[in-house]
Amino acid sequence: MTYNFNFSVIWRQFDVMLWGLGLGLLLAVISLAIGTVIGLVCGYAFRTNNKTLRGLVWGYVEFIRNEPLLLLIFFVYFGLPAIGIRFFDKYESFVITLSIYAGAYLTEVFRAGLTSVPERYVEAAKAIGLKPWQTQLYVVLPLTFRIVLPSLSNNLISLFKDTSLATAIAIPELTFTARQINANTYRVMEAWLTASLLYLATCYLIAIALRQIEKRYSVIK
Amino acid sequence: MQRTYLGELMKAKWSLLQGFITTMEISAIVIVIGLIAGMIGGLLLVYGPKPVRLLMRLYVDVLRGIPVLVLILFSYYGLALLGVNISAYTAGVVALAGFCSAHMSETFRGAIDSIPVGQTEAAKAIGLTFQQRFIYVLLPQAARRIVPPAINTAVEMVKGTTLLSIIGVLDVLLATQQTIARNYMVIEFYATAMLFYFVLNFTLSRMGAYFERRFGFIRY
Repeated sequence: MTYNFNFSVIWRQFDVMLWGLGLGLLLAVISLAIGTVIGLVCGYAFRTNNKTLRGLVWGYVEFIRNEPLLLLIFFVYFGLPAIGIRFFDKYESFVITLSIYAGAYLTEVFRAGLTSVPERYVEAAKAIGLKPWQTQLYVVLPLTFRIVLPSLSNNLISLFKDTSLATAIAIPELTFTARQINANTYRVMEAWLTASLLYLATCYLIAIALRQIEKRYSVIK
Repeated sequence: MQRTYLGELMKAKWSLLQGFITTMEISAIVIVIGLIAGMIGGLLLVYGPKPVRLLMRLYVDVLRGIPVLVLILFSYYGLALLGVNISAYTAGVVALAGFCSAHMSETFRGAIDSIPVGQTEAAKAIGLTFQQRFIYVLLPQAARRIVPPAINTAVEMVKGTTLLSIIGVLDVLLATQQTIARNYMVIEFYATAMLFYFVLNFTLSRMGAYFERRFGFIRY
């Protein structure tokens, strides 16, 4: 059993793969941003005394966290248009799905983050006469973000890996391009090795970059 | 003739049941392999000789840095080059089990590492051998910490089995899609599949949460 590697096919289409990688990153970042908003809103909803609201948020989080992402993607892409909810295109459909998926995980993150802001900061804010919304905006939120930063970066990395599922609805990200090169040229090993290495390298670069930011902004205990 | 959901469900019941069995089967195989390999892997990560430790670290980090779908496609197309006639089922199980093992190894490593050195030192002081230290001192303490994250990984694996539908393994998702292709009842049948995965994974997650509370008293 011998296999002759021939990477020239890959180099010829390397730019396509890189564009796919960029597209995946973009999709992940947008979804993280929307997911953060969902997570923050739901995180605050969890702190209210409204039992119905809390129940709804709990239901959302538990439901999404226990569903396979691929099924959600298909449901939004093929299912929702059947009952009249249409999206502009598959990108929008995918971003919405991934954002809702991320939102469920980020709700947990922000719920924990908001409760871990020490009470004394809130008291201090009151003491200097800040209004409740000012306390939240200038004291609680910045601290929360600094506390949850590591979880946010972990989420970004796993969202980036999750963008590979966009292949299933033919979004031309990295996995899709690798699959196409595989199908067109039959350079199986080359295509998948390159895709794997690109994913691996990107995940590591994101991780290293975010560690630096975390170090810079971590809350000193 | 008007199509009804129940009528269509009855027509598709054998195909969906087949999918159900496949999903459960793959999940079970992958989780069991992952647990066994993870235990060995975790031990090697902590106690292995340096080259073995480095190799294990490389394995764990590489597999966790690549999307599962890429692993599945890689193993599906790649293994076909090496061994002739490898089925999508086998290729998928290999990829998922490899991924699960990497995650479980990390979980086991974390659990073993989180036990204070004092425990090992005390066990050494009363003259226990490595084997005895591991079986009587470390394992009972590590086991309680492993259960909740291991169940989390198990849920992720059940979710991961849906990816095998992309390479043509007839699991719940693919059976559902085939049913939908026949009768166009998109919402109803996707909802049925969602209900199935929710019931299965929610049960698992609740078990995880229970064990987390049950063993939550352990603080060092």
